[in-house]
Amino acid sequence: MAAISVARSSCGLINGFKVSLRSVARVKYGAVSVTVPQTSLHRSCRWYSVSHLSVKERIDQKREAALQGGGQQRIEAQHKRGKLTARERVQLLLDPESFVETDMFVEHRCADFGMEQDRNKFPGDSVVTGRGRINGRLVYVFSQRNVMASGVIPQISLIMGPCAGGAVYSPALTDFTFMVKDTSYLFITGPDVVKSVTNEDVTQEELGGAKTHTTVSGVAHRAFENDIEALLNLREFFNFLPLSNQDPAPIRESHDSSDRLVPSLDNIVPLESTKAYDMLDIIHAIVDEREFFEIMPNYAKNIVVGFARMNGRTVGIVGNQPKVASGCLDINSSVKGARFVRFCDAFNIPIITFVDVPGFLPGTAQEYGGIIRHGAKLLFAFAEATVPKITIITRKAYGGAYDVMSSKHLRGDVNYAWPTAEVAVMGAKGAVQIIFRGKENQAEAEAEYVEKFANPFPAAVRGFVDDIIEPATTRKKICQDLEVLASKKQVNPWKKHANIPL
Amino acid sequence: MIGNMAAHSVPSTLKRLLFAVKCSPLQSRCCVVQREAQYSTISSPNEKTFDKILIANRGEIACRVIKTCKKMGIQTVAVHSDVDSSAVHVKIADEAVCVGSAPTSKSYLNMDAIMDAIRVTGAQAVHPGYGFLSENKEFAKRLAAEGVAFIGPDTHAIQAMGDKIESKLIAKAAKVNTIPGFDGVVKTAEEAVKIAQQIGYPVMIKASAGGGGKGMRIAWNDEETREGFRFSSQEAASSFGDDRLLIEKYIDNPRHIEIQVLADKHGNALWLNERECSIQRRNQKVVEEAPSTFLDPVTRRAMGEQAVQLAKAVQYSSAGTVEFLVDSKKNFYFLEMNTRLQVEHPITECITGLDLVEQMIRVAKGYQLQHTQEDIPINGWAIECRVYAEDPYKSFGLPSIGRLSQYQEPLNLDKVRVDSGIQEGSDISIYYDPMISKLITYGATRAEALGRMEDALDNYVIRGVTHNIPLLREIITHPRFVSGHISTNFLPEVYPDGFKGHQLEADAKRELLASAAVLYIAAELRSAKVLSTQRVASTPVESSHWELCVELGEERQDVQISKSGTVYTVEIDGAKVEVWGALNLASPLLPLTVNGTHRMLQCLSRDAAGVIVLQYLGTLFKVRVLSKLAAELNSYMPEKASEDTSSILRSPMPGTVVAVSVKPGDTVAEGQEICVIEAMKMQNSLTAIKQAKVKSVHCKPGETVGEGDLLVELE
Repeated sequence: MAAISVARSSCGLINGFKVSLRSVARVKYGAVSVTVPQTSLHRSCRWYSVSHLSVKERIDQKREAALQGGGQQRIEAQHKRGKLTARERVQLLLDPESFVETDMFVEHRCADFGMEQDRNKFPGDSVVTGRGRINGRLVYVFSQRNVMASGVIPQISLIMGPCAGGAVYSPALTDFTFMVKDTSYLFITGPDVVKSVTNEDVTQEELGGAKTHTTVSGVAHRAFENDIEALLNLREFFNFLPLSNQDPAPIRESHDSSDRLVPSLDNIVPLESTKAYDMLDIIHAIVDEREFFEIMPNYAKNIVVGFARMNGRTVGIVGNQPKVASGCLDINSSVKGARFVRFCDAFNIPIITFVDVPGFLPGTAQEYGGIIRHGAKLLFAFAEATVPKITIITRKAYGGAYDVMSSKHLRGDVNYAWPTAEVAVMGAKGAVQIIFRGKENQAEAEAEYVEKFANPFPAAVRGFVDDIIEPATTRKKICQDLEVLASKKQVNPWKKHANIPL
Repeated sequence: MIGNMAAHSVPSTLKRLLFAVKCSPLQSRCCVVQREAQYSTISSPNEKTFDKILIANRGEIACRVIKTCKKMGIQTVAVHSDVDSSAVHVKIADEAVCVGSAPTSKSYLNMDAIMDAIRVTGAQAVHPGYGFLSENKEFAKRLAAEGVAFIGPDTHAIQAMGDKIESKLIAKAAKVNTIPGFDGVVKTAEEAVKIAQQIGYPVMIKASAGGGGKGMRIAWNDEETREGFRFSSQEAASSFGDDRLLIEKYIDNPRHIEIQVLADKHGNALWLNERECSIQRRNQKVVEEAPSTFLDPVTRRAMGEQAVQLAKAVQYSSAGTVEFLVDSKKNFYFLEMNTRLQVEHPITECITGLDLVEQMIRVAKGYQLQHTQEDIPINGWAIECRVYAEDPYKSFGLPSIGRLSQYQEPLNLDKVRVDSGIQEGSDISIYYDPMISKLITYGATRAEALGRMEDALDNYVIRGVTHNIPLLREIITHPRFVSGHISTNFLPEVYPDGFKGHQLEADAKRELLASAAVLYIAAELRSAKVLSTQRVASTPVESSHWELCVELGEERQDVQISKSGTVYTVEIDGAKVEVWGALNLASPLLPLTVNGTHRMLQCLSRDAAGVIVLQYLGTLFKVRVLSKLAAELNSYMPEKASEDTSSILRSPMPGTVVAVSVKPGDTVAEGQEICVIEAMKMQNSLTAIKQAKVKSVHCKPGETVGEGDLLVELE
């Protein structure tokens, strides 16, 4: 099943009419929970007090009113703001005619500030909930944040309007949060309160807009141009996910042959080990049909995470990005990677890791920020993951960072090295400066170190890599391994829950 | 004989090779095998030439030379710069030597390093390719001093033909037509008229000291000559302090037609027919063909014989090219002689069956020519398109760089030859010429060769860099080109406002939109094909009828699609379009049959929001396909404000900043130069679109910038 939560809008009841602006959408239970707050209600809706109508007529009238939402005027107002109504959003998200609505007759029970008046009551109040299908697969659109559902079904939130205060925890508790650019905001306290408390001048957009959360805070995982692009992308994203932790990773029909060779990979890694290349080029070339749904593409860009398919089967991809900060691990990239790995593990999605990591980022900023604690999250996540884990070392795999990146030592199932791989404690230059401090002939020592360690053999000799492979064959090998590992069953010792270093 | 390209009878071994190629799904991976099929077996397998040849070049021409060497049983040495260390020419050569860093002056022009490489490897001869050291007499001298053969003409010929003035004098003496003209002091207007009448109208008048076309006046009659005289003599005196005037025959609608010559060291010389190279932009050739539609046998022979006279006059040996300008009355005039193998030599090989590289090597060894003039045929027709990594929408081509993320040559097609030095994964860098390949097609007739070129361009997959296939395809299908009515002004005349891509007619537009809609549906249907078992069963998708909306630019069309079997019927704009074909969503190529016509489309991208980028008839079109519901709702989506391009100057291409002419606070006038970017041998002046104050400058001289990088902001 999948669930989409059309959540109740979070704003206080006093702001009853504004509720319609805040839409929080979540996807739950193999379902997408899209919170689609209803626009306000029909002004002329006094049907429920007309007692001489038959029950049947009343039901019909209420249903009619609920479908109308806040009425034509309010629908138009919503459109004018460049947004869609809750019902339109649900329609667009789900397969045609698949939506089965629940709780259509719910109304608010607030009696304060005149809210009890008939004109302020609307059936299907503030949220649209129900179930439907995306490409034939079950999804729930619903409103309640559900901690208990975490790790049981994938939950996705789509923020399509302002969302503030405690309500922000609704999306924060779900697995993925997507936002719509320029129309959605997330913050604990809005600009007015910020101003009065800290005297800080900040706009809604700067404080909690899509850009802030996808580049600075890491609260949201993707941002889209508008409601339609967001909903269509949500459909696409949903295709990657299993419906629950009891379901295997979905396998979609693939047109890309599993034994396709990728000769362009044979010279993608530059000869100079200091020169950057784009890990995304490798990922696109290897996965099915060059399709890669990247998660958090603009946050902690020194690590790349996202979903793709190999021979039709969904896989999670984690890769160091040499193009950004040499692909080093720091606090943000460790947390980004760890959360992604845990999601994959929770939902039976095999993890493929591409390693080119020069180490952890040094410095006081990182140490004071607790890189030890945060780096440990990634280590923990990879170590506890029981899904199939395949690792490809494309170039550098230095020191502790090598260990963290799904190494053999963390129960990696298959670990490959490309001929360009260098598995070592650190780079030749740094190592020689320490080992041969003060000695002359540093260059000679460096050459010796390179000869000895800057190649895949030391690791292969010790069995830390299973094979040294031609890059062109990487796709073929991964596809074969995934077939074999499909039946992998690994159980961690019983525990109430593990204690990941938070 | 050049095997299947030229000969009418294809040896059975070649047929087998071609067959193997056609059946192979891994087109890009068996290029060596395929290429074999494009060249002949060599003409004299038992002749001893050299044991080892060094190729002092890179890219496609190095690969081209190496291939013939391999066939002749000659060992090859490649030289390369550090960034080229995994280039194709390095891989296919027997040995390779790094001769320096990326800039050509440090590597491919580095004579010391190349001489060292020759010594180290013991190469007996050097083939210089074209460009770089190919016409460098100093290099030829140094080789001669060390007893290494230079595969090209001797120093004397290089020198004689290398000087524009001297070469014209030699040509004149050898009775080669040169452009009639007068260079000297002209005292009166009447004297100018007299000279002009002698030359014959139209004439071009300018100050002798003025370079290029500066201050050039065209006169079609006596009156215009007088006016031109007044203007030019004033300018000559005031601007240059030099009274001399140049009055020369003006070539109206000139064609650039060149004659390939081949000469040995024994005084024998042949002409191997002509190449028509009139399609040019900024004096660089884009499309060439052999033979020319314009020449009759008499003119051809006259040009050929004059070319041979010139070759003999300078004791030319090896392959060379004599370039002529030909006017609309088939008068031809000598321009210059190129003392090297030309880029466009393959089309001559196609129609004559000769392997020019083999002939050059033989001649360098001292062998006599094997053929007489009577042996040189014109068999069929050959067209060459130069496929460049450049954006044809900017001045018919500004360089583009990048990594070839996907690359597939159309070698699955018969009678197609691709000379390239790159492969999937190669980088097109700012250091070297942005040519990706030469695409050559051959046919018994011009129409056949052109038809094949259309197919070849449609089947050519290039991703990762912007390329000029849209322009090439438009040229070769343009009625003026097809009819042969061309001149060196073809591009500016046909596209006076610049190249804008293929302009879709109503039928073609319907086909494109229908194809996009079908691709969208195919992807939708596939999305529902989940093969793994789920706890909650998927509902099978049984729809066979859809209502969509397709958008192209500002236009929107409602579309109805129904599917029956594998055939889609698309109702669009009151017409029905039937589409079927292999809808492989992983393939960059999309072979569709649209209303009974085979079309090779290419899909460049397809995203979740319905945007599909298709290459159709050579040009890229961005089509958006949405469900009817999504399209209706889409009208409520706000237009996002786009960047104000008049106040922001971005680099139109990757390159180096040569000069920045403004600083913050300056006021610039419309059209005023802001900065100069150099890219691949070209300096481009970037100017202000409006009068404004400079807000900020984001670049400085010497800096490398990428395409789209912000250079200067105006207020």
